[in-house]
Amino acid sequence: MTLHIDIPDENLAGILARAFRNRSFLAGFVITALVAAVAILSFFWTPYDVTRLVISDKTQAPSLAHWFGTDHFGRDILSMIMVGARNSIAVALVAVGIGMGIGVPLGAFAAARGGIADDVLMRLNDLVFAFPALLSAIMITAIFGPGAFNAIIAIGIFNVPVFARVARAGALAIWPREFILAARAAGKSRTLISIEHVLPNIATLLLVQGTIQFALGILAEAGLSYVGLGTQPPMPSWGRMLFDAQTRMVVAPWMAIFPGMAIVITVLGLNLLGDGIADILDPKSRRQR
Amino acid sequence: MTAYLLKRLAIAVVTLVLASMVVFAVLEIIPGDPARLMLGLNASADQIELLRSQMGLNAPVVLRYLHWAGGLLSLDFGRSYTYSVPVIDLVRERLVVSLPLALMALALSTVIAIPVGLFSASRRGRAGDTIAMGAAQLGVAVPNFWFALMLIYLFAVWLRLVPGGGFPGWSAGVWPALKSLLLPAVALALPQAAILARVTRSALIEVLNEDYIRTARAKGLPYRLVLWRHALRNAMIPVVTILGLQFAFLLAGTIIIENVFYLPGLGRLVFQAINQRDLIVVESVVMLLVAAVIVVNFVVDLSYAVVDPRLRGRQ
Repeated sequence: MTLHIDIPDENLAGILARAFRNRSFLAGFVITALVAAVAILSFFWTPYDVTRLVISDKTQAPSLAHWFGTDHFGRDILSMIMVGARNSIAVALVAVGIGMGIGVPLGAFAAARGGIADDVLMRLNDLVFAFPALLSAIMITAIFGPGAFNAIIAIGIFNVPVFARVARAGALAIWPREFILAARAAGKSRTLISIEHVLPNIATLLLVQGTIQFALGILAEAGLSYVGLGTQPPMPSWGRMLFDAQTRMVVAPWMAIFPGMAIVITVLGLNLLGDGIADILDPKSRRQR
Repeated sequence: MTAYLLKRLAIAVVTLVLASMVVFAVLEIIPGDPARLMLGLNASADQIELLRSQMGLNAPVVLRYLHWAGGLLSLDFGRSYTYSVPVIDLVRERLVVSLPLALMALALSTVIAIPVGLFSASRRGRAGDTIAMGAAQLGVAVPNFWFALMLIYLFAVWLRLVPGGGFPGWSAGVWPALKSLLLPAVALALPQAAILARVTRSALIEVLNEDYIRTARAKGLPYRLVLWRHALRNAMIPVVTILGLQFAFLLAGTIIIENVFYLPGLGRLVFQAINQRDLIVVESVVMLLVAAVIVVNFVVDLSYAVVDPRLRGRQ
């Protein structure tokens, strides 16, 4: 689903001006754009082919030929990080999509209906929250088989209650407003009001939460791949690279250092971006976590 | 107060029962027959059938659920398929590693985060605040297992100060055991501390804008006292909420961290059990952790009433 971001009563120029003065937003935007650019670039070009194993080049330290060194199969670490970027982004993005696609309608529905429907949905939310997300993701991928697809599902499921809660809280604050009353007086249905008036007004909240969940999704994917339950080789993934590095820390520490830094930079960029957006669009907003 | 507590208690119990049904149902739909798995490929159909009935696998689903759930109440989780010992013994054996680890991490995270949050909030916008919050922003982005690898490289491979993995057991003495839990606890605590410091700071800033803080300052109370006695206590609700949530993160987080450090804790038990299709062990550990989360959340709800007297009168 697409949420069109409707910023009421404010000109775009003013917001852009504030955006460029916000350090957090600027830094986050630049980092995120860079990571995305690297991921896109990897489709067309990488310094080396990540599927070719050159055993004679194995575990080479960083050099001019291999900036980040090579792994135990002689693959170029920089190239693997580039390809890994698109894998991480894809998994986290789809997982956020699942969370929003299911969670937002549920939360909006709960807020619009109230009463028993609201109670039941919120109790179900509590139920999902009682399961430590990572443990359950491990259980799901272990049961239904390891792989990127099941990792997406497992991470996505735990995004659902997060978005449901944010959407509900946001919508509850919108419902008592006068323009909603006007829409109801005009005879619009609750569903229509939710779509036309409530959603646009909570879009920024959802956008901020989306960037946070995106960052968490990247961390979760890395964790699952690290324990061998996420993305499977030969597809390079940051978590899997760290798993391979673990037993070779003494001879090839670069195998661990660079993929980890890729994760840190990506997550940092997304978090800064989320903070920045929250600041710009609503200086008083307190981030939900 | 009583109504508030009763409502919270009811919610906790209902959540617990529903969670147990979910756990049972998920493991019910897993492909793979434990009886066949235990007997190996050469077993005859009769042998498998005999073992199935001995293990109670042929009873109707509802009966098996009630039997299992009833057992949970008396801490009888059943017997492990692969180890042939009561699951509770396996769990108890592993809990002496995982629980101290999670508690150490929680204590470490709190001890780091609250002072940093206080420091940042009282110097809002100044250089110290910017640096501390920059560090926190970085801390949130660091995956704990990567941080663990870096710690191993620095303190175990390079400086040789602590062991890089393994666990000597508590029988080897308290200090060697604690020493081998130190790096894992630091690795677990850092990202949590970063989150907690940010929450503490923003909760404090909100409180510091209140009128009663100005009153306390105006009557000449030293700033330090205002901060600790008035501000921190009023900022405790979000902080305690996050602490409760973090306990769940930490318990689950130990699963991955234990694998980095080769610690014989609950996490390793779960992985082994998953690989061996020892469902009853998986079921029990997941259920135990979920129950722990629910109980902790309930305790957090209780602590609201202690921290914030206004809640006591409320429904």
